Amino acid sequence: MKWDEDPQHDDLRSGVRQICAGFPGSYWRGLEPDTYPAQFVDAITQAGFLSALIPEVYGGGGATLTEASVILEEISASGGNPGACHAQMYVMGTVLRHGSVEQKLQYLPEIAAGRLRLQAFGVTEPGAGSETTRISTRAEKVAGGWRINGQKIWTSRARYSDLMLLLARTTPYEECAKPTEGLSTFLVDMRNAEGITINPIKTMINHSTTEVFFDNVVIPDAALVGEVGKGFRYILDGMNAERILIAAECIGDGRYLLEKAVDYANQRIVFDRQIGSNQGVQFPLAKAYAQLRAADLVRFDAAAKYDAGSPCASEANMAKLLASDASWAAANAAMDTHGGFGFAVEYDIERKFRETRLYQVAPINNNLVLAYLGQHALGLPKSY
Amino acid sequence: MKIAVCVKQVPDTWAEKKLRSDDSTLDREAADGVMNELDEYAVEEALKLQEAHGGEITIITMGPERAGETVRKALSMGADAAVHLVDDSLHGSDALATSYALATILTGRDFDLVFFGSESTDARMSVVPAMVAERLGVAQLTFAQKVDVDGTSVTIQRVTDYGFETVVANMPAVVSVVEKINEPRYPSFKGIMAAKKKPVETLSTVDAGLEGSQLGLAAAWTVVEDFAARPPKAAGTIVTDEGDGGVKLAEFLATQKFI
Ligand SMILES: Cc1cc2nc3c(=O)[nH]c(=O)nc-3n(C[C@H](O)[C@H](O)[C@H](O)COP(=O)(O)OP(=O)(O)OC[C@H]3O[C@@H](n4cnc5c(N)ncnc54)[C@H](O)[C@@H]3O)c2cc1C
Ligand SMILES: Cc1cc2nc3c(=O)[nH]c(=O)nc-3n(C[C@H](O)[C@H](O)[C@H](O)COP(=O)(O)OP(=O)(O)OC[C@H]3O[C@@H](n4cnc5c(N)ncnc54)[C@H](O)[C@@H]3O)c2cc1C
Repeated sequence: MKWDEDPQHDDLRSGVRQICAGFPGSYWRGLEPDTYPAQFVDAITQAGFLSALIPEVYGGGGATLTEASVILEEISASGGNPGACHAQMYVMGTVLRHGSVEQKLQYLPEIAAGRLRLQAFGVTEPGAGSETTRISTRAEKVAGGWRINGQKIWTSRARYSDLMLLLARTTPYEECAKPTEGLSTFLVDMRNAEGITINPIKTMINHSTTEVFFDNVVIPDAALVGEVGKGFRYILDGMNAERILIAAECIGDGRYLLEKAVDYANQRIVFDRQIGSNQGVQFPLAKAYAQLRAADLVRFDAAAKYDAGSPCASEANMAKLLASDASWAAANAAMDTHGGFGFAVEYDIERKFRETRLYQVAPINNNLVLAYLGQHALGLPKSY
Repeated sequence: MKIAVCVKQVPDTWAEKKLRSDDSTLDREAADGVMNELDEYAVEEALKLQEAHGGEITIITMGPERAGETVRKALSMGADAAVHLVDDSLHGSDALATSYALATILTGRDFDLVFFGSESTDARMSVVPAMVAERLGVAQLTFAQKVDVDGTSVTIQRVTDYGFETVVANMPAVVSVVEKINEPRYPSFKGIMAAKKKPVETLSTVDAGLEGSQLGLAAAWTVVEDFAARPPKAAGTIVTDEGDGGVKLAEFLATQKFI
């Protein structure tokens, strides 16, 4: 099956694959329902893949976003779940773009060396999902720092991260001229902050997601990233990178699912012939393949624009939309192709089916992607 | 210290290997190419010596254009430079020709140590290291499970059927390694990116000063006359134990002249 043909990426792909080969399907199945893949994250961190996006001056790999996306794609294409560690790639961008020199010097080399984990991103709250500006977690100025009170939900990997990038209100919603004002970002060192309670949430996938309570948590002034009140803009800045990386993960999921389904369709004999010779089996696979290839082109286009510093918000959003739809099409086709065996845990189809479903909902719901495109790409009225 | 490592690209170890019907040579297009597994251990050992003693590591390979993948893999593990001998006229070269080509490239480059895997997974002749040492006129330290360098001498533990021998030689020398020797590292992200910028010298046989008459299928000292696919496994004989299983088994082995 043909995929990205750029020979530039061959070595990178086989490098990631070589590490993933040590973590086969049985490893990921064994972690279900809720064990964190610590060994895998360790191996991929030690080999420097997770710090690829950190500039070389801070000890990172100095990768382009295109290369970073290839890394995550290969993890999912090998059957693994990069959801355990992808945030390290994009959360770091906020610190890099908007952090102070001191913050970068303090944190980035440690993250690059694998001694410090920045895997948690606290934005969503029980009362604020798609409508981010409605968050109510408060950060109040106190002498020498900030006092945080409130609750986050769906803060993934919080128990397996040292730092959390937190979005909090520094000015209440009602007092702001615009809803997007009055929000600030903080880099919270969870190792020595008092008053944080983290409760795991049981979910249909192994994603180590949690709810986090802040009860008079005092953090130092140095934890503020960038300027007070500009947090929403900083978070938005990171969205394009995040969407492109998620799109690449979906492409990897789709590749994995299709490759397994095609193998199975070629081998399984029913009514004295391979089930793959039936168009009812073949066409959904062919269609998912076409969808994935098309999504992949948009993903590389978006990534190239991002790397060139050109505007890419529409392309990044489209890549995420198309890739998550395509991987879901592949998941369904793979499920149908496998018949009853698709439901057997040992085939890994049902696991990937669950895992890839997430990306229609998070980190941004596809409805909101469409709303963005309607408004910004097409010039239609704002619909949210 | 100047170290060379000879690496060979071979068909993926797990892939089914096929011979070409036209000239009975290995069909290298039929399977993905990978670095000969033992050669990874050779690269790793060179890297370890470099970490301990400094110096430079050069990868040497002879093989078709796609063997460049294997060269880059060795560079991404950490080697510094590479020489890739690629020429259509090399197709079908036997072990003598391979050793002639490798020895010619190595000559004049002043290496202290030349590492090899102790055999390739495709042809499995296990002779190229010895032949190269002979052609270079240097000591051959083969089947090493441990290598130590001290000043101008190199000491290895040479694996034998019964244990190991300790062999010492002056450098320059040829060393071939077995898989017990170490655990090869994975290329890191930085290693992979850096490999793209490392120098790879691509040579034709003419560039390397090789004589065409000693190379290729026509010059091989052995000829593959014929080949056939391995026959499917026969059903075998099942000995049912009705209290006399041991006797029946012994009788069967006797008829087969095993005992
Ligand atoms: C496993 C998992 C991990 C997550 N990890 C993180 C994390 O690490 N950090 C973090 O901050 N968040 C995380 N999230 C949260 C995720 O970003 C949100 O779930 C997502 O943004 C959607 O928000 P919501 O669930 O509140 O849905 P809601 O905003 O309540 O929306 C519900 C539905 O209504 C639709 N809808 C709402 N408004 C409109 C409109 N105007 N037009 C059309 N449709 C509309 C939505 O599209 C959706 O289908 C995670 C979520 C999950 C499930
Ligand atoms: C199907 C088939 C048909 C063959 N037909 C013939 C034939 O007709 N006549 C004939 O004489 N031989 C034939 N050969 C053998 C072929 O010539 C060998 O591949 C070649 O001589 C090298 O030997 P080897 O790979 O067994 O080396 P080995 O001695 O097993 O390899 C040991 C080490 O030498 C090094 N090395 C070996 N080759 C290279 C290389 N190209 N570049 C860099 N380093 C290298 C590596 O470090 C390797 O680990 C055939 C082989 C096969 C599989």
